[in-house]
Amino acid sequence: MMSDRYRIIHCLNQFFGGLGGETEAGLAPVLQKGSRGPGQLLERLFPGAEIAATLICGDNYMATNTETALEEALSLLAPYFTGAEAERPSLLMAGPAFAAGRYGIACGAICQAIAERFGIPALTGMFPENPAVSLYRKEVLIVRTAQDVMGMEAALRDMASLAGKLLRREEILPEQDNYLVQGRRRNVFDPETGARRAVRMLLQKMRHEPFVSEYAMPTFDRVTPAAPVADMGKVRLALVTSGGIVPQGNPDRIQAASAQSFGTYPLKGLSALSSVTHQSVHGGYDPTWANADPNRVLPLDAVRELETEGAFGSLHEFYYATVGNATSVAMARSFGREIAQRLLADGVQAVILTST
Amino acid sequence: MEGKTLILEPGALRAFLMGRDERIKTLEISLARPGESVRMICVKDVIAPWWKMGDFQSGAGRLQVLRNCAVVTCGRIVGFQEGIIDMSGPGALYSPFAGTINIVLEVEVVAGLSPHAHEEVLREAGLAAATFAGQPLRDVEADEILTWPSEADSSMFSHLPRVAYLYPLLSQGLLHDTYVLGENANAGLPRLISPAQLLDGAIISGNCVSACDKNTTYHHQHNPILHELCREHGQSLNFVGTVITHEPTRLAAKEAAAAGASELIRSLAPDGVIISKEGFGNPDTDQMMLIRTLEQAGIKTVALTDEYAGPDGCSQSLADVTAEADAMISVGNANERIVLPPMQRIYGPVKDLNKLAGACPQGLRQDGSLEIELQGIMGATNQLGFQPLRCREV
Amino acid sequence: MVKEIERAGIPVVHACSIVPISLTVGSNRILPTIAIPHPFGDPEMGLAEEKGLRRALVEKGLKALATGIEGQTVFS
Repeated sequence: MMSDRYRIIHCLNQFFGGLGGETEAGLAPVLQKGSRGPGQLLERLFPGAEIAATLICGDNYMATNTETALEEALSLLAPYFTGAEAERPSLLMAGPAFAAGRYGIACGAICQAIAERFGIPALTGMFPENPAVSLYRKEVLIVRTAQDVMGMEAALRDMASLAGKLLRREEILPEQDNYLVQGRRRNVFDPETGARRAVRMLLQKMRHEPFVSEYAMPTFDRVTPAAPVADMGKVRLALVTSGGIVPQGNPDRIQAASAQSFGTYPLKGLSALSSVTHQSVHGGYDPTWANADPNRVLPLDAVRELETEGAFGSLHEFYYATVGNATSVAMARSFGREIAQRLLADGVQAVILTST
Repeated sequence: MEGKTLILEPGALRAFLMGRDERIKTLEISLARPGESVRMICVKDVIAPWWKMGDFQSGAGRLQVLRNCAVVTCGRIVGFQEGIIDMSGPGALYSPFAGTINIVLEVEVVAGLSPHAHEEVLREAGLAAATFAGQPLRDVEADEILTWPSEADSSMFSHLPRVAYLYPLLSQGLLHDTYVLGENANAGLPRLISPAQLLDGAIISGNCVSACDKNTTYHHQHNPILHELCREHGQSLNFVGTVITHEPTRLAAKEAAAAGASELIRSLAPDGVIISKEGFGNPDTDQMMLIRTLEQAGIKTVALTDEYAGPDGCSQSLADVTAEADAMISVGNANERIVLPPMQRIYGPVKDLNKLAGACPQGLRQDGSLEIELQGIMGATNQLGFQPLRCREV
Repeated sequence: MVKEIERAGIPVVHACSIVPISLTVGSNRILPTIAIPHPFGDPEMGLAEEKGLRRALVEKGLKALATGIEGQTVFS
C-alpha cells in the first residue's frame, strides 16, 4: 500500500534557502532537515506532502562546477535513499527559479541527476525564456512560472498539482498541467479521424483562419558561420559584451535584469578599464571582481596590448554593452541587429563578444 | 444470403480458390469476429467483398457493398513487413480490422516460388475470395445508396473554395507495388482520375511496406479523404478532382513525378489540396517536394503523415522536411511500443512472428504476450487518415 | 546577439563560461572562459599571472576569428 503522505526533497539556491545573497553564490551544497523559505508555503499548498530535507546550493557554485556540485549534492542525499522503504523520499522539487539563469541551471541539473541516480520523479518551475529551459526541458519536467518571485504562489500551486499527478501515476499533458512541452512525441486518440482533421485544417488554412499544424517542422535556427578573417594584420575588431560593463555612473541606466537597451561607449585613448572609469551593472552575478577590475569581463587591457604588438589591425573606437540577465530572446535579437548595423556602417570586420 | 446475413460455405470457397491456382499448397479458412480472443499474424492484405452490378465500366453503374466484412490474407513471410490484427485487447484499438468480421485465409504456397510469385498468389487469392464472398450481394436490396459527385456539378459550386486531392501510391517494385485498373502503378502516373472510379475499386495493393502505413486494398476501397471530400462537396468546398501519383526510387524520377503531379493539380485550379502518403522514409521526400512545389505555386496544402520519432518520442520524426509544410496532420508515431496480451486463437505462421517489422528481438514473451511497435499493426498509422490516432508534442 | 552579428556577415567569437548555453542558442565560434563573474580573469591569481591568462584567452579568440569552420566549434 502506498501511503498518502509523500516525503519530498526540496532544492533551493542560497537566496531562497535563507543563506545569503549574491555574496554567498559560491556556496557548496548543504542539506538541512525540513522545509525552508518557499518550502513552507509549498507544504501548505500540497496536502499530504512533507519536505524531508532542503538541499541548498550557491548559484555560481552549481553553474560553474556543475559536475562536482552534483556529486556533492547526490552524496548528501544518498543516506535518504538507503534507509527503510517508507522513509525514502518519493519526489524531488527544485525552485521555482523563475527567470534566473544560473538558478535555473542548478534546478535543471539536480532534477536530472536525482531522477537518474535514485529513480524518483523530479520537477522544477521556470519562466519559459529562462536559458536553462532549452538545456533541460527534454529531460526535466518544468512548470511554467511567471518571470519573478511575484509568481511564487501560483508556481508552487502548479508544481504541487503536477507532483501529485506524478506520484499517483496519472497521465499529464502540458496545457492542462501547465508545464513546458518536452519536445517528446506521444500518441493520443482524437475524436476525429485524420482525414476529417485534414479537410477541416485545409478549410481553415484557405479561409486564413488560425490552425495548429499537428507536426511543426523542426526549427534549425542556425546561422552559417561567417568566413574567417583573412588578414588579421589589417582587421578592424570590435568588442561587445552582455556582461554589463558600463562607464561609472551607468549613464544610459541600463537595467540589471531584463535590459531594455544597450549602450555605446568610447574606447578612444583608453589602454585599460579600471574601477575608476567603469563598473558592472549586471544583476545576475556577484560584481565584486568585475568592479575591482572590469577587464575581467571586457578584456581591454589585453586587447590593447595585442593591438600594439600588431596581432590584429585596430580596435574599433566604441564598444557596445548590455546586461544579459533574463533578457528575452526577442530583445537580445533586436540588440544584435542594431549593433550589427552600426558595426557594418563603421567597417568593423570581426567581433569578440563576452558573456558572463 | 439469409436476409442481410452472408452465409459462407468454407468448403465451397476453399474448392474455388484451390481450383483456380495450383500454386496454393494448403489453405485454411477461418472467421475472426470483433471482440474475440484472436490474433492474425503475417497479414498481407485486407479486401472488402463487393459486387459490381451489371456490365458497367469503372466508375459507373452500381456497386453493392457489404459493410463490416473483410477478407484477410495471411501467409509465410515474404517481405518482413506483413502485419498483425488483434480482434480484442489493447491492440484492437489501433486497427480498423478489429471492427470487421474477417474471413481469414491462411495460404501456404508450393515450394520454389519466387517472392514475387508468392505475393501474387496471395494477392489474387484474396481478390478472388472477396469476389466469391461478394457475389451473393447481387440479389440483395441495399439499405442505403450513396452517389458520388460527377465532374459536371463542379460548376454549380463556384462560390466555394476549390479543393483537389493528391493521392500518392507506393510503386517501387519488389513487393512495393500498387495496381491501378489492373496495371502496375509504376507506369502511367501521375494522372487524373475520378473519385467514382477510385471508390469503385480502381486501386489494388500489392505491397509490403510496414503494416501500420501500408494502404491495403480495403483502405483504397474506402479512401476516407475521398469520402470526406465528397461529403463536403457543395457544402463547405468544391471538390474539383484527384490526381494519383507514384513514389519512385530515384531522385530524378521523384523530381519528375512531383513536377508532373503539381502540373496536373494546377490544371484543376484549386485553392487548396490534400496530400496523403504511403510508406515512410524516402516517401517523405516525395511529400515534401509536392508541398513545396504547390505552396510556391500559391496553392494551400495540408498533408497527412505518420512519424518515426523513436519509442521514447524524442527523435526527429521525418526523414525530410520543408519550411512550406506548415499544415501537417500527424496520424501517429509508429515507433511507440505496445504490449499485446496472449490470444486464444492465432491465425498465420507463428514461427515468423519475430521477423515482422516492429517486432522487438525478445518481443515474444513466455506467456504468449508480444511487445511490438505500432509499426507492426495493420493500419495503425494509416496516412489516408483512416484512424483517429494522432501524435502530439508533450 | 551573437547570431545577429554573424548573420550580418561579421565573424564573431562568443567568449562565455557556460558553453552549453552558447551551443544551444547557436553561436558558431565559442571560446570557453574562466567563470561567470570573471570570464577573463581569476582573482585568486597574482595580477601579472591573471593578465597573462587574459591575454592568452584573447589570443585564442583572435585565432578563432581567423579559423574557417563548418559548424559550431568550441575553441578550448
